[in-house]
Amino acid sequence: MSTPTSGTTLGFKRRSQPLIPYETAGKLGRFGLLSIALLTFAFLYVPIIVLVIFSFNSARTGAVWQGFTLSWYEKMLGNERLIEAALKSLIIAGVSTLISVVIGTLTALAMERYRFRSKPIWDGLLYMPVIVPEIVAGVSLAMFFGLLSGGIRSIVTALTGEVPDDVDVRGFFTLVVSHVAFSMPFVYLTVRARLADFDHALEEAAQDLGANEIRTFFRITLPLLMPGVISGALLALTLSIDDFIISFFVNGKGWNTLPIYIWSALKQGVTPEINAVSTALLLFSIGIVVLSLVIQRRQT
Amino acid sequence: MPDTPPADCAVELRDVVKKFGDVTAVDHVSLAIRNKEFFAMLGPSGCGKTTCLRMIAGFERPNSGEVYINGEAQGATPAFERNVNTVFQSYALFPHMTVAQNVSFGLEMRGVAPADIKRRVGEALDLVRLPQMAGRYPKQMSGGQQQRVALARALVNRPQVLLLDEPLGALDQKLRKEMQLELKSLQTQVGITFVFVTHDQEEALTMSDRICVMSQGRALQVGTPVEIYERPNCRFVADFIGETNFVDGKITGIEGEFATVQSAAGLRFVGRIDPAPGQRPVAGTAATLSIRPEKMVLADKRPDASANAYEVKVISVGYVGSDTRVVVSLGGERVDVWEQNSVSTLDPNYFFRTGETAWLTFKPDNGLVLTA
Amino acid sequence: MMRLLRQRKGLQLFGLMLPGGFWLIVFFLLPIAVIGAISLMGRDDLGSPTLPLTLDAYIEAFDPIYLELFLFSLWLSFLTTIATLVIAMPVALFITRLPKKWRNTMVFLVMIPFWTNFLVRTYALLFLMRANGPINNALMDLKLIAEPLSMLSTPMAVWIGLVYGNLPFMILPLYSSLEKFDWTLIEAAQDLGANTSKAFFRVMLPLTAPGLLAGSILTFVPAVGSYITVELMGGGKTTMIGRVIATQFGTAGNWPLGSAMSIVLMVIVTIAALLYFRAGRGERIAL
Repeated sequence: MSTPTSGTTLGFKRRSQPLIPYETAGKLGRFGLLSIALLTFAFLYVPIIVLVIFSFNSARTGAVWQGFTLSWYEKMLGNERLIEAALKSLIIAGVSTLISVVIGTLTALAMERYRFRSKPIWDGLLYMPVIVPEIVAGVSLAMFFGLLSGGIRSIVTALTGEVPDDVDVRGFFTLVVSHVAFSMPFVYLTVRARLADFDHALEEAAQDLGANEIRTFFRITLPLLMPGVISGALLALTLSIDDFIISFFVNGKGWNTLPIYIWSALKQGVTPEINAVSTALLLFSIGIVVLSLVIQRRQT
Repeated sequence: MPDTPPADCAVELRDVVKKFGDVTAVDHVSLAIRNKEFFAMLGPSGCGKTTCLRMIAGFERPNSGEVYINGEAQGATPAFERNVNTVFQSYALFPHMTVAQNVSFGLEMRGVAPADIKRRVGEALDLVRLPQMAGRYPKQMSGGQQQRVALARALVNRPQVLLLDEPLGALDQKLRKEMQLELKSLQTQVGITFVFVTHDQEEALTMSDRICVMSQGRALQVGTPVEIYERPNCRFVADFIGETNFVDGKITGIEGEFATVQSAAGLRFVGRIDPAPGQRPVAGTAATLSIRPEKMVLADKRPDASANAYEVKVISVGYVGSDTRVVVSLGGERVDVWEQNSVSTLDPNYFFRTGETAWLTFKPDNGLVLTA
Repeated sequence: MMRLLRQRKGLQLFGLMLPGGFWLIVFFLLPIAVIGAISLMGRDDLGSPTLPLTLDAYIEAFDPIYLELFLFSLWLSFLTTIATLVIAMPVALFITRLPKKWRNTMVFLVMIPFWTNFLVRTYALLFLMRANGPINNALMDLKLIAEPLSMLSTPMAVWIGLVYGNLPFMILPLYSSLEKFDWTLIEAAQDLGANTSKAFFRVMLPLTAPGLLAGSILTFVPAVGSYITVELMGGGKTTMIGRVIATQFGTAGNWPLGSAMSIVLMVIVTIAALLYFRAGRGERIAL
């Protein structure tokens, strides 16, 4: 982020030099940059701030300010279905993050540390969930699980002779599995980036001092990889909690996550309660960002 | 050239070959490193010295040949089962552990009792003169201090052999010189074999008991610093160690230990010839005369010596304080001559001047005729 | 056992790649293969896919109505990418120029929208721009307009929504790329006689291209397949391909058509990604 530590550049310290030298562009150029930046930040934040403000509005409909109230938050906390949805989101996020982290880390180790011919293919494959539009992923998973349900139905029929009423694999299982599928590559990318910077000599030093591969991994590699793993975990957690489209297509009876709940509420009409929920989610996200920055600061 | 193995040696490489894909990094190297020796492996980048070190440590396995430590063949034994320790070029200190935890790591791995660990770590830190640093983290320490921690971490395990991979490379000049002396006295104090890899020939000459000069995967010569310096066995070694002048030509005569080389310009030079066992160079063989700058003498008048006396023209005179470096032209060839300024240089007639003629001589014993 | 594992690197590799590989193949590739298969099927009256295999779905997908929709989606996404690029570049430049302390704060401020729920953010925009929303109410209170402006349900609204949603995804990679940029190169260029715009186009742009491309892909791809933004900001009137696909699997009940469209969408996106990899160095996304 700042000056280079080796002396290989011509002795220049890298400064944040303006593109346009102060003399030629003058204050106008710098002012222009500042104003664009301020406008953009305003653009980004005004809707959010307005949203938060109106979550305290005592008017039921419309955006006319009628007075401060916390009643919408009370309503939100008393809303059983909403709380249930929030809990479901957390559970699914927690489970899928755990799985993603393990799988993502193992895969990162494999891809970074070994040479094998099919690597470019895997490289591309691991990148694909990042690139493929969510709608396609959601739809394809829905079809896939439908097929799976049908397959299970046939097997059960074949085995027991009875046709089961309603076989639907969709629900917890499919949600977790789908969430892992799209968040694992992000964990993988994060951990792999950390691994790439990893000083291999440290592991050799550990082995030189008598630690076999397993001990080296748990005493040296993993602890030093931890910040990257945690970053990846936070990312996976966020992706899971925020996910709407894929969850929408893949969920089953009674497993509505929070975004799905919000969506259906929105379909019925805009209420300040939705603002309250949104504000809560916003705070949650801010918490995650702070956490990830704290972790980043720890490692430098 | 292969070394004759003495009775007990700490490390031995027998006809070791290591390839990486198509590249042969180590090409049939045989070495015997004696107990309690300070042994240097010297050569330019890519010569294979580090690969040899890594094979001793156990990070690489030879494609053919064998590595012996204390007489035992190592085979496929992994690094963590070998009783050798390494000081890495980048030190490789564990950033998430304190100095004490770093140093105690090897003991921990071996299951040494905690009370003993504490004592031995203290001793090791005292040995490298860092007693107060136990609770610090590597990133809080200077390069020199980190290096000593790396040393302590290796030595605390009392290995039979200590391997050092260009450990002084990252230090500045002054610190380097200090550490060279420290390492040398440390080795005498601890009394174990040190195998030291470096590309700095001055360093190797200063510190080692014996040096192995390597190039392109081959071990060219093994000997004491004096042997390597005064009697290089090939052009590469003569060139790599110190400075020397080369004159190419053909052997025109051999008398006992001395041979005469005639250059293309028709000049004759007499020097020692040291043939490899089994070789008998004859007249007509292409050869190179190697004569080091400090071994030559420049004079005003023609000297009495019969052999190796030439009239030369002074091209440039360089003053370095402790010595004077004169470049002369000998029959069109450029020759460096170094004279120590053993008297005061304030005398206006002390220095030769550009364009002057002078007489250059050297003793036949100081010239080397190389056929390799 | 340890010895066997140690020496058989192939075995180690297999073990490490197994979970990830399994997951990707079974829960990512296989489903796509499934809709690939469905896209080649016909359908019966109930809308369920039937054999024999046929290209009917694809032919239907390229029907002028849908084709127009595809092109509209691509065009809108392209505009979105350009707009976000134009906005993000000065912002990223601005941030790199700040002293270190301010820089971290700014990055923090950009990261919050980045990590906030996309649905929530788009809703925020929707809330703001509704007929009954704060902007309209304020304008009416100020007697600037008599009737509320209908800002939503237009292509413009969707475009704004897309730009708004994707802006953070463009700023961060750009900033990351600019941050690594060696400014002394600009000085060198100017020393050699290049004026500002020459220095920008001949030196800065080529070197920051990977970051630009990364951000562009991260913006273009979600935009093309976007569902949430279209649904919320486009009302029923403006629609994009993502929404149409969703409908095929929902109310319209035309699975083969939906599948065919999905496949086409995927192909487009893959081509875009390949172009990126060809042009840039495939720089890792800095997350």
